[in-house]
Amino acid sequence: MNFDLRLPIGIMFSLFGLILVIFGAVSDKAIYEKHSLGININLGWGAVLLVFGVFMLFLTWRASIKPAQPQRRDKK
Amino acid sequence: MHIQLGGIDYAILLIYFGFVIGIGWVLKRHMKGSTDFFLSGRSIPAWVTGLAFLSANLGAQEVIGMAASGAKYGIMTSHFYWLGAIPAMVFLAIFMMPFYYGSRARSVPEYLKLRFDEKTRGFNAISFAVMTVFSSGISLHALAKLLQTLLGWDYNACIAVSAFIVLVYIFLGGLTSAIYNEVLQFFMIVLGFSPLVFLALKDIGGWSGLQQKLIPVATSQHFAAGTWSESWKHMGSSLENPMGVGWFGMTMGLGFVLSFGYWCTDFLVVQRAMAANSMSAARRTPLIAAIPKMLFPALVILPGMIAIAMYYAGDHFLPFVDNNPAKGIDYNMTIPMLLAKYFPTGLLGIGFTALMASFMSGMAGNVTAFNTVWTYDIYQSYLAPKKSDAHYLWMGRWATVFGILVSIGCAYLASKFNNIMDMLQLVFGFVNAPLFATFLLGMFWRRTTGHGAFFGLLGGTLGAAFFHGLALSEGADVGIKGGWIAKEFMFHSEMGQNFWMAIVAWTTCFALTIIISLATKRTKSDEELKGLVYSLTPKPETAHEPWYKQPVTVGILVLLATLILNIIFW
Repeated sequence: MNFDLRLPIGIMFSLFGLILVIFGAVSDKAIYEKHSLGININLGWGAVLLVFGVFMLFLTWRASIKPAQPQRRDKK
Repeated sequence: MHIQLGGIDYAILLIYFGFVIGIGWVLKRHMKGSTDFFLSGRSIPAWVTGLAFLSANLGAQEVIGMAASGAKYGIMTSHFYWLGAIPAMVFLAIFMMPFYYGSRARSVPEYLKLRFDEKTRGFNAISFAVMTVFSSGISLHALAKLLQTLLGWDYNACIAVSAFIVLVYIFLGGLTSAIYNEVLQFFMIVLGFSPLVFLALKDIGGWSGLQQKLIPVATSQHFAAGTWSESWKHMGSSLENPMGVGWFGMTMGLGFVLSFGYWCTDFLVVQRAMAANSMSAARRTPLIAAIPKMLFPALVILPGMIAIAMYYAGDHFLPFVDNNPAKGIDYNMTIPMLLAKYFPTGLLGIGFTALMASFMSGMAGNVTAFNTVWTYDIYQSYLAPKKSDAHYLWMGRWATVFGILVSIGCAYLASKFNNIMDMLQLVFGFVNAPLFATFLLGMFWRRTTGHGAFFGLLGGTLGAAFFHGLALSEGADVGIKGGWIAKEFMFHSEMGQNFWMAIVAWTTCFALTIIISLATKRTKSDEELKGLVYSLTPKPETAHEPWYKQPVTVGILVLLATLILNIIFW
């Protein structure tokens, strides 16, 4: 079997989310006046990406503990 | 019109490509035999194949082209989704997938070999292989040209770097790598473009604000006020809308012939479903893809509509073709210009990466389809049969290298001689248009013979070419655009001409295949056609599955939802 694809998706989007949230918190607010209607879209959308990434990681984790139990029984 | 990417944007771009290559690297040790490389060992869960199915089609044409079309034609572009994709995807899931997956054919051409004969397979395999490398080259060229225009990057370097990334991850991880990266790209596109739609729509005053501002777009081009925001109302005749297509040409040409011909027979998309881990997953693949597909107009067409509304309201942020006002607006710049307008550095990196990713996965999709058809249907069938499986795995890897090198050649060809590319796409159009008639008859009428299929297909292709020679659209020059025999049929638009050409090709193929089949002897017995023809194949049992895993139930729900969308935006 191949590895669970949700793992790299989760890591990548959590990483992107973190980068945008941190950058959104420290960046000069003038860029949002110029581009995104005054909304700090880096902070806002970064949070969305972070939530999505963490959710994917949660799904990966949940899937990884489920099939592990019957496998252990097989070994005995 | 340069876009300035900041350090953070470059960091995001690099991280993304790090993940892309990393996935290929991790998958490398799973590639033990040729089925792992070409069919992912038939081990992928349905949600992954479903999203990859959608993403494989989500290349450059989709994102850039559909936004351009949204600006040019308005919401009528949604016909490419709600009419020209969803019904065919549902049909593939319910009726055709059992044959593709159940016959254990490893490719669409191989299905034709099992159902008909060698010559039908050869015709399809060779034309498909040539077509995929050229499409991959066109993707590559479009990407490099875009990066050159927007960021001032070097064209040659763009070609080399993009081709290298695609090469590495397919060479290492085969189809699985391509599929996994397509899913990654799907999320990039959705999560990268959603804030763009949100900001642009907010800026223009929501849907009602957009409808108001689209009125001058329509009236200044002498169409009825609602033409850009109503999808069906202005299709009574081809004169009423900017597409220059009437309802019959649209429904039959796009909705039936072209749509079913693409979604149900193109190995590029079907290959994704064939990699699924069970018959049930294979059948659910196109249905899972249909759900986001239904909503994609909001992501790719809507931005185009917003952009053109703003343009007519006085915000001239769209450039002209070659910066020459006489050549009109460069609609292909719609998405890049919107990204530059609304995204501050940071999010711009996400949006831009999503855009680049879509070009590359479009290219990767073509390359994986090419290496499979080349290895199984051409190399193993005609050049080197009966070699070891390890040998075909080796061949698949080198076919990837070869396919990418030819793609690079095609990219340069496209950059030097635009006409050659138009010519090739035209020829592919001739070959593709009749294809669905062959599959339909082959799958549902056991009497269809190999001779019938082959000569029907050939006849349909020639019929398309012949019709092209007799038809021309207004304002086009005789030659590559048509009319090279006589100017017998005049169309209001090239699109209308194409739709009608498809209808003619399909009908010719359909009629010829029936006539020739009746006149020739059957070469395959009922026993041999088991699993290949509808009436001779036991229906897949799905009654024990929950409702959301039953293709017929889900298919009907998807069609109902699509119908509702059509009615809302009628």
